[in-house]
Amino acid sequence: MDMSLYPHAVAMSADEFMSWSTALINDLISSGTRRTVDKLTGPIWSWAMKNSMHPLHWGLACCALEMAQASAPRFDAERYGMIYRSSPRQTDILLVNGWISKKIRNDIRRLWEEMPGPKWAVAMGECAISGGPWYDAYNCIQGLDQIIPVDLYIPGCPARPDAMIDGFMLLQKKIDEYFKRGVILKDRQGL
Amino acid sequence: MDLTVREYQEGWESEIKSKLESQFSGKVTVTKTETRRVYAQVDRSVSKAVCQYLHDELSFEHCATVIGVDLGEAEQKMQVVYHIDNYTLYKGVVVELTVDVPYDDLHIETVSDIWGGANWHERETWELFGIVFDNHPRLERLLTPDTYEFFPFRKSYKLRGSQ
Repeated sequence: MDMSLYPHAVAMSADEFMSWSTALINDLISSGTRRTVDKLTGPIWSWAMKNSMHPLHWGLACCALEMAQASAPRFDAERYGMIYRSSPRQTDILLVNGWISKKIRNDIRRLWEEMPGPKWAVAMGECAISGGPWYDAYNCIQGLDQIIPVDLYIPGCPARPDAMIDGFMLLQKKIDEYFKRGVILKDRQGL
Repeated sequence: MDLTVREYQEGWESEIKSKLESQFSGKVTVTKTETRRVYAQVDRSVSKAVCQYLHDELSFEHCATVIGVDLGEAEQKMQVVYHIDNYTLYKGVVVELTVDVPYDDLHIETVSDIWGGANWHERETWELFGIVFDNHPRLERLLTPDTYEFFPFRKSYKLRGSQ
């Protein structure tokens, strides 16, 4: 096989790959292919993503009990495709339920960075929304949105399982809208 | 020491009271007794000795908690409160020791070598009140971040909302 025909395949650093693929995507975008691809594949991505929401199985505080209750037989959130995964690499929703102490701040940010995009963040319960009972505490972050961008707030102290399921059904709509906007070939550097 | 388990009898509290007060005359004052409860005010110089005596002679096996109390600027002192339980000889009795610590000398002898469980209680009391437990094997912050340079449970620590 004559590798000189494939100059990029021989040795391509990460930077080279990024510039090469960016150029390719820019070509696709300028030729109008992007819109077509988005329109064709968007509903497929959306259908797959919103019916298999995988939140991170990560309980911080008392809202985690409601999270457990939501996936127990009485409420059975798995009807909506919510399966909790234990590794951030396998999840697309970061569900933060509970007070965020200053010591765990770095770890939340790290979990968020470790998740592959597209991803969504959900703040569940008063503590994750605004600090709640720990308003102005010496040890707590005043809300999840101080650290990472939050897509959905589920109020309650703690939020009931039905509130949580309702919130996740809203998130399904948000996921749908996200893919309808046409984001498959968008530069997702910021995500 | 005979460590057979005894069921509760009337008068154990006054027995403990008289033992403590005769052993450490003048240094320990039993302020109150209730059923299964003995409250004592202890001088700081004998706090370790009282704990040792309770553990060795009266078989108080369990240190349930070590906590601090900040009495504020007016009194210029803090308190260290020990709750000490018994499971055998005086089964069910809890002794509460209160030790006064003045603001200008926040030191007290550790009891973590008597009851190993007191180790973390003392670390927590240190990180929240700044009371130094002398001869503690590892007096570092337990739960709050290592970067904290203040003691949040002190009366002098103000939150933003209360300024």
